[in-house]
Amino acid sequence: MIDVQNVSKTFYVPHIVKALRNVTCKVDFGEAVVVIGPSGSGKSTFLRCLNRLEVAEEGHIYVDGIDILDRKTNINKVRAEIGIVFQSFNLFPHKTVLQNVTLAQTVVRKRSKEEAKNKAMALLEKVGIPEKANVYPDQLSGGQQQRVAIARSLSMDPKVMLFDEATSAIDPEMIREVLNVMQTLASEGMTMVVVTHEMGFAREAADRVIFMDGGRIVEEGSPEEVFDNPVEERTQKFLSQII
Amino acid sequence: MRYKKMAPTSITTWLRIRGSYYFWVLVFFLFIFGIASFLYYATVKVDYVWRWYRIPQYFYYHDKVEILSEIEGKITKIIQKNGQAVVFIQEDGQVKQYTVPFKSLQVSEGDLIYPGDVLSSHEALRPGILLLGLWLTLKVSMIAISIGIIMGLITGLCRISSNPALKWTAITYIELVRGSPLLVQIFIWYFVLGTVLNAMFSRAGLPQIPPLWYGVASLAFFVGAYVAEIVRAGIQSIHRGQMEAARSLGMTYANAMQHVILPQALRRILPPLAGQFISLIKDSSLLGIIAIRELTKATREVVTTSLQPYELWFVCALLYLILTFSLSMFVQYLERRIVIS
Ligand SMILES: Nc1ncnc2c1ncn2[C@@H]1O[C@H](COP(=O)(O)OP(=O)(O)O)[C@@H](O)[C@H]1O
Ligand SMILES: [Mg+2]
Repeated sequence: MIDVQNVSKTFYVPHIVKALRNVTCKVDFGEAVVVIGPSGSGKSTFLRCLNRLEVAEEGHIYVDGIDILDRKTNINKVRAEIGIVFQSFNLFPHKTVLQNVTLAQTVVRKRSKEEAKNKAMALLEKVGIPEKANVYPDQLSGGQQQRVAIARSLSMDPKVMLFDEATSAIDPEMIREVLNVMQTLASEGMTMVVVTHEMGFAREAADRVIFMDGGRIVEEGSPEEVFDNPVEERTQKFLSQII
Repeated sequence: MRYKKMAPTSITTWLRIRGSYYFWVLVFFLFIFGIASFLYYATVKVDYVWRWYRIPQYFYYHDKVEILSEIEGKITKIIQKNGQAVVFIQEDGQVKQYTVPFKSLQVSEGDLIYPGDVLSSHEALRPGILLLGLWLTLKVSMIAISIGIIMGLITGLCRISSNPALKWTAITYIELVRGSPLLVQIFIWYFVLGTVLNAMFSRAGLPQIPPLWYGVASLAFFVGAYVAEIVRAGIQSIHRGQMEAARSLGMTYANAMQHVILPQALRRILPPLAGQFISLIKDSSLLGIIAIRELTKATREVVTTSLQPYELWFVCALLYLILTFSLSMFVQYLERRIVIS
């Protein structure tokens, strides 16, 4: 489903940072992959390269067989198939919850207002906040906003969902409700790449765990392998620090 | 609510709670009154005869309208039709009609008429030179603002584009316009561009473009540059995550701008935009130098003929104030509407 080959990415401003160095990995259809690693290790950059929010400068990235770094690829079409959920929600503050979820459906998918609304209500039901449909985002708690953001991404019927520290900006008592939604998605067979610091979630939901450090994939394996018997020293050190 | 209940119990409690507020309200009005009194005192002291009663004639005046016959003949009949009278004058089998207000009719059937004879005479209300000037200022400003908004939006979007041709063109335009006096720009539009264009038009047998439109163009071009910078700042003030979220959903850049970025930017753009447009209304007073008789030039003309500079310039300032204040109110109304929606 996702095939990343030898991808490197360097930032030149404000100073030169090699954010990704020769990253290679594969995510199969229906697989849930959790990416962990210390801050600044390149997890966000990796995720953002997958829908070309950052343009990888070396290597190849194929999503559903499409070479997304090819200039001839219509990136908007690819992005419509890849949902991404940000740490800071990024809901549209001038639109109601319902409008947030219908906007891209009507603009990108060209669905009718009626169809988009029905779909949106079904998704809001799924993430557990149908009663907030006509409320503006700033009146919601962090957990509720993030669930709306997930519904917004799902409204495009994506083939892949990316989560970049989706629960890091949320009050602890609200984290569970977001993780539950993500867990449900994983169990429904959604292909997911999840950057998170929630090790409990990683253990339960992940088919595979990737540990990144210094822009490289240091270790990768099943949750049991990575969490219980990490091979690399850096992985051991990281895990000992966070637990 | 709580205060209201307490008020009847004791005036001192009320004074303690609300007193200082009303004290400062009082201070404000005393301040304004003080300034107004001083101004009035100054107007009395100055060696000048105030003749305010002469001012209204520059807004409107009564004009005597006479309708004269152009031919010689006899009035064969007069027909009355909803307040108008149709006068038929016959001259060697040829009949000419005049339609005049019935009330001011000065001839009757059977009269012999010579060219130049008065058929009717009445008074009509005409707009005076100040009112015409005000109207011209309003018209020029509004057209310039409308064009300026469009130019500014396009330039602002070019300014943040990553395409160097678009970006550098926008920067050049903005810097040139902001860095040179409007007066010089008006001269260039009228005397340089205008001369060249009008010469070309006359060679092609087309009609000339009147100075008014060069004036409008210079103002629009001028305000467009400022609007562009305001638009750019507004767009850049929207968090990067908004564009990323929109693009991630598969929206094109244009879609994201239209549905996500610009509506949010508009809220932040409106207040500085209002300030810019108020400036423009006042800047339009420079158009007098290319013979456009807007409010300031109209005032100056009246001053030279009437020798009443004090009253007229006061009135002129007041008229500008009315224009700018209305605009300001209108923009505040828009702001409130956007915040609600
Ligand atoms: N837009 C950017 N411009 C410059 N440097 C960046 C940018 N984004 C990330 N970086 C740098 O790249 C490195 C990896 O960042 P990131 O992918 O955000 O790490 P993580 O998500 O694992 O914390 C960091 O050193 C960070 O400072
Ligand atoms: Mg990150």
